[in-house]
Amino acid sequence: MKTPFLRKFRILFSAVVFICFFLVFVDLKNLIPVNYINILLSLQFIPSLLKFFDLRTFITAGFIAVLILTLLTGRTYCSFLCPLGIGQDFFSRIGGRIRKKFRRYGYKKPFTVIRYTLLGITAVITLIWGVYMLTLLDPYSIFGRFMTYFVKPVVIVINNFAEGILAKFDIYSLIHVPVLGFKPFVYIVPAVFALLIGGLSLTKGRLYCNMICPVGTLLGLFSKLSLFRIRIDESTCTRCGRCSIGCKSSCIDFLRYDIDVTRCVDCFNCIKICPDKAISYSLVRLKKKTPETDPGRRRFVAGSLLLLLGIPTVLRGQEKKVPKATKQSTVKEDKTCPVCPPGGISIEDFQQDCTACSLCISNCPTGVLQPAWLEYGVSGIMQPVMDYHRGFCNYNCTKCTEICPTNALHPLVLEAKKLTQLGQVHFIKDNCIVKNEKTACGACSESCPTKAVYMVPYEGDLVIPETNPEICIGCGQCEYSCPTTPYKAIFVNGNPVHQVAKKPESTEAEIAIPDEFPF
Amino acid sequence: MKRRDFLKTSAGAGLMAGAAFRLGRYDNLMTSRAGNAKYDMVAIKGGSPEAMFDLGIQELGGMKTFVSKGQKVLVKPNIGWDVVPEFGACTNPLLVARVIEHVLRAGAKEVYVFDNSVDYGPSCYKTSGIERAAKNAGAKVVPAHSERYYQQVEIPGAVVLKKVKVHEVLLNTDVFINLPILKDHDTTRMTACLKNMMGVIWDRKWWHSNNLDQCIADYGLFEKKPSLHILDCYNVMFRNGPRGISKQDVVQMKSQIITTDWVAGDTAATRLLGIETSRIAHVPLASKLGLGTMNIDALNIKRIQM
Repeated sequence: MKTPFLRKFRILFSAVVFICFFLVFVDLKNLIPVNYINILLSLQFIPSLLKFFDLRTFITAGFIAVLILTLLTGRTYCSFLCPLGIGQDFFSRIGGRIRKKFRRYGYKKPFTVIRYTLLGITAVITLIWGVYMLTLLDPYSIFGRFMTYFVKPVVIVINNFAEGILAKFDIYSLIHVPVLGFKPFVYIVPAVFALLIGGLSLTKGRLYCNMICPVGTLLGLFSKLSLFRIRIDESTCTRCGRCSIGCKSSCIDFLRYDIDVTRCVDCFNCIKICPDKAISYSLVRLKKKTPETDPGRRRFVAGSLLLLLGIPTVLRGQEKKVPKATKQSTVKEDKTCPVCPPGGISIEDFQQDCTACSLCISNCPTGVLQPAWLEYGVSGIMQPVMDYHRGFCNYNCTKCTEICPTNALHPLVLEAKKLTQLGQVHFIKDNCIVKNEKTACGACSESCPTKAVYMVPYEGDLVIPETNPEICIGCGQCEYSCPTTPYKAIFVNGNPVHQVAKKPESTEAEIAIPDEFPF
Repeated sequence: MKRRDFLKTSAGAGLMAGAAFRLGRYDNLMTSRAGNAKYDMVAIKGGSPEAMFDLGIQELGGMKTFVSKGQKVLVKPNIGWDVVPEFGACTNPLLVARVIEHVLRAGAKEVYVFDNSVDYGPSCYKTSGIERAAKNAGAKVVPAHSERYYQQVEIPGAVVLKKVKVHEVLLNTDVFINLPILKDHDTTRMTACLKNMMGVIWDRKWWHSNNLDQCIADYGLFEKKPSLHILDCYNVMFRNGPRGISKQDVVQMKSQIITTDWVAGDTAATRLLGIETSRIAHVPLASKLGLGTMNIDALNIKRIQM
């Protein structure tokens, strides 16, 4: 196939995919059905892989589809399905526009050591310790964080501006959303990656994908066996080199008529560029080739792998130990354990699968899900944590559990969620308005959906909160609504392992309805 | 006093209707049955929420007494909670729709509905069934869960609540109709007409930490007062309020109170719940500020059993 149709198809397809991903992360009114989100995310390589290993059912094995696709067509995933890759193509285009005359990619040697080392490290760390490297390097998660941390606020600002204008005309179809931002430190990692990937894609095309991205490297290995490939027809090629200059993967060695399949992302730009129509995308013809291996290089790779195995151990040492279950609260608002989102089962379990893609954070209607800084320890940076000073977990909402692409949050049906105890309530009487001001308050008890916080007689006609932790689900409504500052008079301490709350008791109504009006 | 306040709130053309109401001469304005003179309160029992309202508002001279042609009207139900209507935590959606229909039939230009919910606002709007019912009835449902919608106003004469942030729609409408639901409430023991105002303001936390009962009463002094209070007592939550934890917290009282005096309305409500009025601290406080009377036995009440 030599038609420029392929390239157009790629652009159209990837644009649609990208727009879908964009919308999923900036769905301010929660209009997109959960099913659609799940379908869109089912083909993301790392999330699907993690979900598969968590559930071990082939229904969740989107990554196998991706591998098969790669064996057939090469790294089309990188150009058609990876939102980070598509985003980089977009950036490259902008970069090309800016420096039209100067940017020439040209063939470059692959960064073999770096990319295979990173792939190796990622694989080893993931298998032995956990998802830490994937959190940093999974392209979908990186994209998700860009959207959540940088793009969504911009969309919100535009939305609010439009909302303000529409409201002037008495139209209230948009919802005003406050821009609050996260804790400043959590921006560090996304900002570094934004500079790195943004800079590389502006000037060097897909260098990030071919040097750092472990998914790119892995799919590159698989594409060595792919059936369809870009090929240069030696008889018609005039060696003008335009394909090589225009290749954003810098993988066309036109002098040797060779294309490095491990780096080619099947963007099909070269097919269009070639003035001699010598480049095609077609079934592979096997060429006999003696493998060139450099034993020294292999030793180096193996050596550095071993060396780097130590890194997570160091990381572990610094880790703030996630405390196990606590019994009694102290008088201060002192959380000994963070509250992990519903469906997480336990902090440990949750942390094993969460790559901090921030989809849940973006989609949480109340904003209670916030990226953690050190709440879970160093290894849990950017993973979602319940922040009850910022929001509360709406009793009737299960959205985060339903959309989590890696199954770090397991899907919960509403009835199960309503009995999932994320943490337990603790009342600090010495901070309470009723005790200190001698006036009525009860904000905590009103909003409690299970009446785990209820009011009992206090001095005079006043009532004061009392708690029943057994039926508390740790939704944080009490903590959120408590008006005292800086410390709350009531707070939820997380359960390291989520518990099942007792059902609130309810008896038949015993109230006499007067036949006549009592007035 | 209450009537004078009521007069003040009826702006422009509404003044005419208000005056007619005050003088008891509805006949000129009314096309339907002329009211059997003036009532301070109509209490209805035994029908569906819509039928009770139809009957009750007629006894007060029809919605045209309160709403004039071309006016913008705010109907403020209780949409505080993300629960289904059977829980009795939010105003009955059927009643909300019926009230809106009456208001539109009276010639209102636009009807607005909002509440600053306690649970996540958009979910409350949806689950309570009020958003859909109100939209179908022809009202504009306005979001209220962001501070941007609120503007600061002053309340002269208030004891504590000198300043408060209220929803812009309240300030931009001509007529305000209060549509609370009667419920048990574990802080104030009861929520009805006066307490429903906590859904038009932003900073509830401030109220909670600065003498809640006095704040509720103080807010009643704000110039934009509701001219009509329709208290939904159909499904009444008698314990575990204001949210309720199950349908068993609800009894069917199948009643409704329609009044122009919210203190009187709340007093009647306490009797329905069988609580001594003085124990609902904000009611006597409001009465002391001259917002209405607790002496409902002296009022002219129309009682209807359907």
